[in-house]
Amino acid sequence: MEVAQETLTVPAKTETKEVSGSVALLDALIAEGTDTIFGYPGGAIMPIYDALYDYNDKLNHVLVRHEQGGIHAGQGYARTSGKVGVVFATSGPGATNLVTGLADAQIDSTPLVCITGQVFAHLLGTDAFQETDVINITTPVTKWNYQVTDANEIPEVIAKAFYIARSGRPGPVLIDITKNAQIQKFDCPAYTPCNHIRSYRPKPIVRKQYIEQAAELINQAKRPFVLWGQGVILGSAEQEFKAFIEKSGIPAAWTILGAGAIPTNHPLNVGMLGMHGNYGPNVLTNECDVLIAIGMRFDDRVTGRLDKYAKQAKVIHLDIDPAEIDKNVKTTVPVWGDCKETLPMLTALINEAKHTDWVSRFNDYTKQEVDAVIHNELNPTTPEMTMGEVIKLLNELTNGDAVIVSDVGQHQMVACRYANLNKTRSNVTSGGLGTMGFALPAAIGAKFGAQEREVVAIIGDGGFQMTLQELGTIMQTGVNVKIIILNNRFLGMVRQWQELFNERRYSFVDIQSPDFVKLADSYGIAGQSVDNRSNLQGALQEMLAHNGSYLLEVIVTKENNVFPMVPQGCSVAEIRLK
Amino acid sequence: MSTETIEKPEFNITVYTENQIGLLSRIAIIFTRRKINIDSLNVSPSEIDSIHRFNILINETEDTVRKLCRQIEKQVEVLKVYYHTNADIIWQEMALYKVSTDVIAEQVSVERLLRENGARAVVIRKDYTVFETTGHREETDALIKILQPYGLIEFVRSARVAIIKNSEGFNSKLREFERLEPGEDVIENEYLNKGQKVFTM
Ligand SMILES: Cc1ncc(C[n+]2csc(CCOP(=O)(O)OP(=O)(O)O)c2C)c(N)n1
Repeated sequence: MEVAQETLTVPAKTETKEVSGSVALLDALIAEGTDTIFGYPGGAIMPIYDALYDYNDKLNHVLVRHEQGGIHAGQGYARTSGKVGVVFATSGPGATNLVTGLADAQIDSTPLVCITGQVFAHLLGTDAFQETDVINITTPVTKWNYQVTDANEIPEVIAKAFYIARSGRPGPVLIDITKNAQIQKFDCPAYTPCNHIRSYRPKPIVRKQYIEQAAELINQAKRPFVLWGQGVILGSAEQEFKAFIEKSGIPAAWTILGAGAIPTNHPLNVGMLGMHGNYGPNVLTNECDVLIAIGMRFDDRVTGRLDKYAKQAKVIHLDIDPAEIDKNVKTTVPVWGDCKETLPMLTALINEAKHTDWVSRFNDYTKQEVDAVIHNELNPTTPEMTMGEVIKLLNELTNGDAVIVSDVGQHQMVACRYANLNKTRSNVTSGGLGTMGFALPAAIGAKFGAQEREVVAIIGDGGFQMTLQELGTIMQTGVNVKIIILNNRFLGMVRQWQELFNERRYSFVDIQSPDFVKLADSYGIAGQSVDNRSNLQGALQEMLAHNGSYLLEVIVTKENNVFPMVPQGCSVAEIRLK
Repeated sequence: MSTETIEKPEFNITVYTENQIGLLSRIAIIFTRRKINIDSLNVSPSEIDSIHRFNILINETEDTVRKLCRQIEKQVEVLKVYYHTNADIIWQEMALYKVSTDVIAEQVSVERLLRENGARAVVIRKDYTVFETTGHREETDALIKILQPYGLIEFVRSARVAIIKNSEGFNSKLREFERLEPGEDVIENEYLNKGQKVFTM
């Protein structure tokens, strides 16, 4: 995550300049390489917005429609660009509206710097208008937070904020700035980026003996299996990862946040892990002899029942965060460190190998899964459309080059399972928190973070209605995102659980929707709705060819289920095909 | 379910931190989020100016304690975390007892009892006297029982403070921390990492 560091401009150290705290803040953001800010103004952040008025040519501020939309956009931006997302919000309700996004970014290790305005320092603790204790509210959901009450602190604190957000295991940082500090004039020193905090160790030392032990285990393994997560992408270690699996010939499966680090069609990419992951990776987790986890954290959605998880295997865990080692799964060899450094060291020590028989076992399971699930999902013979066939056509039309942003629910699992991803940083989804409403604003941010790429958001009819006000942001900025609503007229994922585990007692999952196409139209966004297979391809083509944003609603089967499935509380080996 | 309860002995967690507003709550929520009770918490300066020292006492399994320590050490302003059993440390708690001065004056035995228990009078006034003892929990507890029949008016006990027997303090470590490329034992935590069977494959 050191990408943005290259763009740092370091002026001569001696000069100071009398400026307001607000101007110092904006100058610091520019020095950190910020080009885009997602934000929403209000009383307590007005001095910063006033300063922003003169920075139009240097900073692109995107006015969102809700602070939650602002922070999800910041997340989308960070995920596609690899840079730190920057978000502005006012005090009180503005700041509390950020909380969901902070929690999402914290659990998904997304680098963000959020700036909130705060009441004047002399009013702190008086229940002043729009005062909330933002620092305490956000402590559990930030990597670091800090309240600035004096403008003199601003340059150093912002430098620290960026350093903390992007280094080590990245995460969200929140800086709360009281209004007096925003206004206060002070002698601002030339900006100095931060690269050391004495109490903060972003990267553990790489220990050679662990690498050697890991290599030995891998070289002796008969049935080694790699699980990779977002750490590979966050560490920009995609090439190093590919070199590692290609030399070792080890089949590799991904968590949904790791998707796309190597292309979907890579011969050693054996598919998705977890509750709705592929058949082979789940079953064979309990048959491998050495499990090599790279930049992933053994989330319960990945492991299923822990006491029946890979008990037969020796476990090698590569992670930058020592707190992840042994947290959920006991490790035989912990390989601490940045996988960009550790993977090449490991690759150097391992033997070239091909585990042909072992890899073919994954392929056997794939065949079973195709027969039982995938074929029907992608080539349905029913009159009604499936979510899977939409993704399949999309793959064909985009060649797998698009950024796929998904919301949360059945469509998310279908999108992650079936989307072809040729490039890294192509799968933007809310993994750890499972935040409905994430996709629309995240897609906006994703596009700002990767202007040259096609961005397609896949959203459910339920989740779309959580943040649909961001259509206004699309309208006003003209940002080009394609929106596909897979409408099953249900809160589908919850309905699936009610069908499978609550005897079809459909409790409050029957959700009505407005006319999405008319809604888009009222925001000046083109769109159409298709309920017939014969129109699907044409509609997708029209959407992709359209010069600008487009909303495509696809009416899909009401009561389809996502399979395979590892039911909650079951072992990965108990995965069900139906 | 087995009826056997998992043994949760006392562990003493020592945390060296920067002196930063809000850090107390950042550390406290690591416990509360997991519904773990903090039995005793003391925050004080350390042997080094500007570095604070937390002493936290909890009853948990060693596995949980190690995970908690790693989460604490992950916090930006935390320099180092150690955990120890009671055998590894020297520890003390201080207690204050308020008793009616009349009772003490009338009943010579009370004074003797206090002296026997190592209590010392801090304040003697017409209406009440405040005694102080320092020691282990059993010792300060014992005196409560002794004084109860004589009308103990008020009692308070401090948090536990602990010195690690096998520690050379933090001075030399801090110098390492300040270096851009500090040495191994600063970056890694030998206390947290010991006990992992990484060397026996
Ligand atoms: C903010 C939030 N609230 C509730 C949930 C629980 N939840 C998970 S999936 C789901 C249903 C999603 O329905 P929809 O958006 O229509 O997508 P589908 O599953 O039908 O594809 C719900 C309610 C959640 N993940 N996030």
